[in-house]
Amino acid sequence: MSPAASPFASRAANALADLRLQRALADVPGGFVAARARAKAALPEFEALRRTGRDIKDHALGHLDLYLEEFERNATAAGTNVHWASTASDAADIILEICRAAVARLVTKSKSMVSEEIGLGAKLEAAALEVVETDLGDYVIQIRGETPSHIIAPAIHLGPADIADDFRRHHSHLPQDRDLTSPAALVAEARGSLRPKFLGADVGITGANFLVAKTGSAIIVTNEGNADLTLSLPRVHIVLASIEKVVPTLDDAWALLRLLARSGTGQEFTAYTTLVTGPRRPDDPDGPARCHVILLDNGRSELLGTDMREVLRCIRCGACMNHCPVYCSIGGHAYGSVYAGPIGAVLMPALVGPQEAGELAEASTFCGRCEAVCPVEIPLVGLMRRWREISFRQAPGWRSRVLLRGWAFLVRRPRAYHFAARLGVVLLGGLGRGRGAYASFPFAGRWTRHRELPAPQGHTFQALWARRQRGEPR
Amino acid sequence: MPARSPKKAGPQMPTGDSKQPRVGLFVTCLVDIVRPSVGFAAVRLLQAAGCDVAVPAAQTCCGQPAYNSGDREAARSLAEQTIAAFDGFDYVVAPSGSCAAMLKCHFPRLMAGEAEAEARARAFAERVYELVSFLVDVCKLTSVPGAFAGRVAYHDGCSGLRELGIKRQPRQLLAGVPGVELIELAEPETCCGFGGLFCVKYPDISNAMVCKKTAAVAAARPELLLSGELGCLLNIAGKLAREGSRVGCRHIAEVLAGETGEPPIAQAAQRA
Amino acid sequence: MSRAAILAKVRAALKVEPAQDAARRAAVGARLAGAGGHLVPARARGSGEELVRLFKSFLGAQGTDLIEVAARAEIPGAIVRYLEAQNLPLGVRTGSDPNLAELPWADAPDLVRECGPARPDDLAGLSRAIAGVAETGTLVLASGPHNPVTLAFLPDTHLVVVRRETIVGSYEEACGLVAVELGSARLPRTLNLISGASRTGDIGGRIVMGAHGPRRLAVFLVG
Repeated sequence: MSPAASPFASRAANALADLRLQRALADVPGGFVAARARAKAALPEFEALRRTGRDIKDHALGHLDLYLEEFERNATAAGTNVHWASTASDAADIILEICRAAVARLVTKSKSMVSEEIGLGAKLEAAALEVVETDLGDYVIQIRGETPSHIIAPAIHLGPADIADDFRRHHSHLPQDRDLTSPAALVAEARGSLRPKFLGADVGITGANFLVAKTGSAIIVTNEGNADLTLSLPRVHIVLASIEKVVPTLDDAWALLRLLARSGTGQEFTAYTTLVTGPRRPDDPDGPARCHVILLDNGRSELLGTDMREVLRCIRCGACMNHCPVYCSIGGHAYGSVYAGPIGAVLMPALVGPQEAGELAEASTFCGRCEAVCPVEIPLVGLMRRWREISFRQAPGWRSRVLLRGWAFLVRRPRAYHFAARLGVVLLGGLGRGRGAYASFPFAGRWTRHRELPAPQGHTFQALWARRQRGEPR
Repeated sequence: MPARSPKKAGPQMPTGDSKQPRVGLFVTCLVDIVRPSVGFAAVRLLQAAGCDVAVPAAQTCCGQPAYNSGDREAARSLAEQTIAAFDGFDYVVAPSGSCAAMLKCHFPRLMAGEAEAEARARAFAERVYELVSFLVDVCKLTSVPGAFAGRVAYHDGCSGLRELGIKRQPRQLLAGVPGVELIELAEPETCCGFGGLFCVKYPDISNAMVCKKTAAVAAARPELLLSGELGCLLNIAGKLAREGSRVGCRHIAEVLAGETGEPPIAQAAQRA
Repeated sequence: MSRAAILAKVRAALKVEPAQDAARRAAVGARLAGAGGHLVPARARGSGEELVRLFKSFLGAQGTDLIEVAARAEIPGAIVRYLEAQNLPLGVRTGSDPNLAELPWADAPDLVRECGPARPDDLAGLSRAIAGVAETGTLVLASGPHNPVTLAFLPDTHLVVVRRETIVGSYEEACGLVAVELGSARLPRTLNLISGASRTGDIGGRIVMGAHGPRRLAVFLVG
């Protein structure tokens, strides 16, 4: 399919024309990007820690079976129920069963990309459960019926005015003339609306940034504290995590935590970093009576066996998309997938297949900024190139294949190539004598749509050099 | 051969006695076809640095279009061809960060797993340099023939910046050009949106990216925008021209070598 | 069922051969048993005084209120003064932590102390941190019979008492203090590392406090 007709290209076109979105995206360089640079400058050990982080994840992945067993052993010893889910629907079924057994009616959720992957919200609602997203950005997009556009700032594509409209529409029990002009007013309203939900929830579902094998713990980080209210108030706490989240020890977790917030938001540390190990102890005054951890595979074990295993190092910080010039031009929704930006371009084709998502790896200039900022040194550019190789072999567009093969034929024959180049340049020079550039040119419509096409100087270097070697004047 | 100027510091390169190092110029297809004056400027600079420069005729393209499109097979055979074409040179120098990175970083990867071919590619890669970093890091060049009076900004091409670490060297040489007032663009390390075939596969996204770059140029108000990357320059200059900007775009080699007879990219020759 | 299938797929993906099994398990065993940690940033390795200075400067950057108290006996009075300054009622919800219970509360008779897990309308919660981590200005609190977790999240204002001599450089060292206090390396149900009050940037990219957790965090540094 030619890029012009693809769903991705049309979503991107919409995104480029969306002024409100463009205004929101324009803030990212000054925000997250500048903040990360400041955090890195404040920590001399930052680059060394990236290498450490990479090595920790590689070691954990290389022994994942053993660390998963160790995690299960220690989590169980702490009173956690550990479940294994091969597929998205397995995980959803397990969660539904836990909710049914708990006679749950209201479920609170804190941010979990894995829950987006498995479409958990919709499945819980289909089972007549009330589900409330508690991360403020996730709450906003939930009431809009949207998906997150960024893995840590899910509502980054919206401005305060949009959110005010949404709150007026959704919180219809509140006075219509109330003042919602400031972010503070909006946050206060969200806080007030969500508080009864936190307090009334029967089950709280969180993700996990890390699972620690040695202690059987889950580590969850937030700035809002919504995860903590989700995991300490209800009777039942469910942790939903994909299997590659396991790290061996707490020391490994500290090293990665030193990278996480700095890379994603530029904070030294998130406001709340919480380690949970099992349900409440017999003498604890509060906390959930039951704690479940669901270990989800959903394609990870397959990825582990490929030459793209490095993508499993990802700690979901969001740095790659914050620094991606393509993401910052089109936003997350244009990717049309659970994961956007460079990590999405590499992970999505593995999760849903290259036919569905291979194009995400095409829409990159390979500028390399993503892998320069990845805290665990995932070779994102090389992995995108791998997907391009797979797509080229499997289903290359016939037009680009013909052109590319034609070009490849020529460049392997230097004499023919130089002759063709000389001819082409002389013709072009003839057409545009004296002009610096062309506003339009046959077959160059995609270039000249937005730019002038600089005119060649009129001869090839090789031709001029040959003349010079023969002693002729230039 | 031009005589070596006694004033210039001789290059400290491991070729033994006073023999001039033999440099094979990797022209790059864009320089060859669109702007040969860059190639001549590169030759002038290399000769000023004391090198004996040759241009193998058997070179065509570094293979990035094939490599980045996923056609590994075509890229690999082009790599073999290129390595063979540059056999016997002490150095292979390209006036382009992306082409130099292709030769230096990716040719060995294309041969990965094939013992002999990979060894050949590695030995070749060790001799490969981008032009400006070669002049500064290997030739230890401190002064250049060119001069320019005015405000000059430099755009870092992504490959040269991130794959070859080229950042300080062009600014160092420019600072030594009499009359140059070197200014920095806002967000100098953000991609301009060229990306090889990307700019024609996704022209609207590419346009959004280059608009941010031209806005930064407009805000900085240089007289000249330079880069070591002709692809980036064609992209940015084309956009600046469409916007009616008077900023001149040139390859850094043109200014360093004092070869500014040709008009800037996308601009017509001035009527006398 | 899924368990066996997942583990089998992982082992197949890693191309694990029976001959390697012992070596792999030994490597994992060593890693789990090993006390050796990773690179600890230099900023976490200063003298006691430098660490306290660093800790305090991070608190300031977070917007956390800092009240320094020379002796434990002064804590009740300091709390009353703080609440008054914030225009808050003189009441706190707290746990049954003996370290807090044995303070001279009689010196602050107007302060109402209620014990137990936080209630929805509590305006102020009072906890004790086992340690403070200088490298990022982080408080470490552990759940336990005497320390309800909800104190740190439900009330609008969270007050935390921490002793100067428990300000350490790194998270690793803080864990050591937790193990000493709990008398065991076994983790409690919840270990909270708190580096400021609740905040969000999700609306218009501007930071607003009190997203869901406390709007205000006050640290009483004793000693």
